Amino acid sequence: MADAPQIPDEAEVRARWGAFAWTAENAEKAKQIIARYPAGRQRSAVMPLLDLAQRQVGAETSTQGWLPVPVIEYVAAQLDMPYIRAFEVATFYTMYNLAPVGRYHVQVCGTTPCLLRGSDDVMAACKNRGMVKGRTTPDGLFTLSEVECMGNCANAPMVQINDDNYEDLDYDSMTRILDDLAAGKAPKAGTQNPQRHTSEPEGGPTTLKAMVEANHDYRKEW
Amino acid sequence: MLADKDRIFTNLYGFQPWNLKSAQARGDWDKTKDLMSRGQDAIIEEIKASGLRGRGGAGFPTGLKWSFMPKEPRADRPSFLVINADESEPGSCKDREIIRHDPHKLIEGALIAGYAMRARAAYIYIRGEFIREAETLFAAVQEAYDAGLLGKNAAKSGYDFDVFVHRGAGAYICGEETAMIESLEGKKGQPRLKPPFPAGAGLYGCPTTVNNVESIAVVPTILRRGAVWFSSFGRENNKGTKLFQISGHVNKPCVVEEEMGITFRELIDTHCGGIRGGWDNLLAVIPGGSSVPLVPAAQIMDAPMDFDGLKDLGSGLGTAAAIVMDKSTDVVQAISRISYFYKHESCGQCTPCREGTGWMWRVMERLRTGDADISEIDTLFDVTKQVEGHTICALGDAAAWPIQGLIRHFRPEIERRIRENGGALEAAE
Repeated sequence: MADAPQIPDEAEVRARWGAFAWTAENAEKAKQIIARYPAGRQRSAVMPLLDLAQRQVGAETSTQGWLPVPVIEYVAAQLDMPYIRAFEVATFYTMYNLAPVGRYHVQVCGTTPCLLRGSDDVMAACKNRGMVKGRTTPDGLFTLSEVECMGNCANAPMVQINDDNYEDLDYDSMTRILDDLAAGKAPKAGTQNPQRHTSEPEGGPTTLKAMVEANHDYRKEW
Repeated sequence: MLADKDRIFTNLYGFQPWNLKSAQARGDWDKTKDLMSRGQDAIIEEIKASGLRGRGGAGFPTGLKWSFMPKEPRADRPSFLVINADESEPGSCKDREIIRHDPHKLIEGALIAGYAMRARAAYIYIRGEFIREAETLFAAVQEAYDAGLLGKNAAKSGYDFDVFVHRGAGAYICGEETAMIESLEGKKGQPRLKPPFPAGAGLYGCPTTVNNVESIAVVPTILRRGAVWFSSFGRENNKGTKLFQISGHVNKPCVVEEEMGITFRELIDTHCGGIRGGWDNLLAVIPGGSSVPLVPAAQIMDAPMDFDGLKDLGSGLGTAAAIVMDKSTDVVQAISRISYFYKHESCGQCTPCREGTGWMWRVMERLRTGDADISEIDTLFDVTKQVEGHTICALGDAAAWPIQGLIRHFRPEIERRIRENGGALEAAE
């Protein structure tokens, strides 16, 4: 179980997170989230609330956050559901971190479309900075994970770091992004290919060229 | 090539803003009330006549699916529309472009489709990793509420309709419709046994239809331009336009809307700048996302890219996500990586899939290095047949098919590796 999460000692976790409660802002957000679901079906809100809780833990620790057991208990209590049902959800979905992560969670996509376009080079760029898959660097800055298809396949290879995607990568651009992040700068998200805007062919679209310059209304040509 | 005026997703590449004002200038939310006033049955008939088949992979006729919903929902059992934006199939990246660049097509489609099937509300289930895309979608839904296009008396149609966004949290299986419903209810995303089908008992036990993002987002345009317009594209039983996503070894990977049934060669030459190293360098293509079997170069080159054309080749259109592999590809590794994907994403509910996906991946890894016996190829094929069709959902099938395709088309390559590794000696003894 080399890749099992390194969950910290339970007593320490309870001492640190036992008194977890929403911030005023998040309490308001939680209320809005629960209101999206029919009355009596508040359990549907468990996924967004766990995400919100993870983000609050992240904000309090200057990391990407994780879900200590007392925090999951807090969410379960608010939704009036057994703790084990909330814990099941937290363990089933990969985006909930069951152990602390670093300031930047570097998630390299390694599935076939990215593999074909050079995700090994992206991974190598991470490893050459001393990052190890499944671990956080000793300075607490980077956690490296290999993840499954992120749905950016026409802009492969890609990496998701925190909330942003970086696409059309190679060894050099990945190294540059990591350098920028380490230096406290914000690298440009999205495609790293200067000849692309988003998912159109490199060098400019083959279709819908009128849209590049203006918000063209094609209805006149129907 | 499809003319620009016949493309539905005109802001596909996001050169222009996604917001309501810009979307309206492009023609979205234009007299939505009039479209709805045609009546629920007329809308369903129009969609049926257009020949639209679901864009999420299975290709079930969309209008027919809607017609399964109750005509007079009971007050205590409202109907729901669930929109599947859990785009996770390796190779697929079209719903993301719709959501971040043309979200109002989806939201308008949700209102019209929801009205046609007499639903009370729509839940858009967007995959958790689409963080920025979800931000856009939340904002676009809010814009629609603020403009009176959703909520009470939506778009002044006299119909009350809500649209909610629900973010997933990283599970491929939630793209399966009953797993999605479980997830929406706040549970692990493990598929349900069918029947009952969602149209009978879905979300919260109420009648539910689950549709793909693209299927819903094309609806307003089909109604505006008519079923005859939409069905003028593509071949019989494979009508309309479609977002194709091309990744892998082409010169210029991209997402592009094209006519159904366009040949693979035309698609690649027109939009992707050809195969890397030329057509002679093409090895194989996975034409519909990772779940469908690969097709060798000679068979795919001039094949029509639609449901029936690819079915004839023993593969499928799936989500129209073509993963292109040239002759530099280690094809066994490429498929083995897909096997790893299914091992990672199996929900663990059914034994053949939970155990089988891991077993198949481990054997695939040994075949990759040639550390195997030739007889194991047949054993592996047998096991894929034992997984296929013996699970609640289609993930077991999806894990089995890529391996079956590999063995069917590249058996000599697998045998060569084993022989070079000394495995042939064992076989000879």
